[in-house]
Amino acid sequence: MTATLKARVHVMLKDGVLDPQGEAVKHALGTLGFQGVEGVRQGKVIELDLAASDRATAEAEVKAMCEKLLANTVIEKYTVEIA
Amino acid sequence: MKAAVITFPGSNCDRDLAVAFEGAGAAVTRVWHKDADLPAGTDIVAIPGGFSFGDYLRCGAIAAQSPVAAAIKAFAAKGGHVLGICNGFQVLTETGLLPGVLMRNAGLKFVCKTIDLRVETANSAFTNLWDKGAIARMPVAHHDGNFTIDAEGLARLRDEDRIAFTYAANPNGSTADIAGVLSANRRVLGMMPHPERMAEAAHGGTDGSVLFRSLLAALALA
Repeated sequence: MTATLKARVHVMLKDGVLDPQGEAVKHALGTLGFQGVEGVRQGKVIELDLAASDRATAEAEVKAMCEKLLANTVIEKYTVEIA
Repeated sequence: MKAAVITFPGSNCDRDLAVAFEGAGAAVTRVWHKDADLPAGTDIVAIPGGFSFGDYLRCGAIAAQSPVAAAIKAFAAKGGHVLGICNGFQVLTETGLLPGVLMRNAGLKFVCKTIDLRVETANSAFTNLWDKGAIARMPVAHHDGNFTIDAEGLARLRDEDRIAFTYAANPNGSTADIAGVLSANRRVLGMMPHPERMAEAAHGGTDGSVLFRSLLAALALA
């Protein structure tokens, strides 16, 4: 049986890139009466099941996936967690 | 002039684009996204509008990794001409053939209307039959047309005269009102508006046909 690892990738817009969806959510929260929401940024969570047993190799592989496809590094940043 | 019009799952302007090229006098071959080779003798590759791969992950991101995208990159690297309209523009930024990125419209709404464009350069195979500063009327229909580029990238586009079209009234929040940009070698154009939807009298105008006739004038002689 192949060992499996789970990876979780968070993709967020880089700081300074305007997030119109986050701004809309912030506005809606204010309309609902939630006070003091000073900022909202919306991103994506991508979970992967990997047929791998070595954490370092898996992390390097997922970072390569982020660079090539999962994030657009012109405007997005990402973090990788291996569990 | 031989044009190759690409179809991805979810493309929906591919037939209109083929008809517009044929209307200008081009011979058109339709190419499926799984094809790893372009037809021999292709002068221009055209990537249509639509919702390739359902806009999953990011608009154009999955299409940019398809077999035909690798062929298009190789074609462009050899100096081939490539036109990307709407989703095709998004695919071209995702492949890295054009700079910048198309973000969600600043107003968060899908924008579908006919608008005025300003032709910012006549110095390209796509725009040579227009005069610089001419107004061209064409439809836009997109949710993610907010062209975004950093200050350094914008300065480079301006210095190199690579902004092809701007909006007379910005519908989506794009940087510097940009509607279309050229690659450094001026042979790749991405634009959000749809010239193929304003290419014959029955469309309500023919301003878009100027782009296809410009290409024919430039490439038929090449």
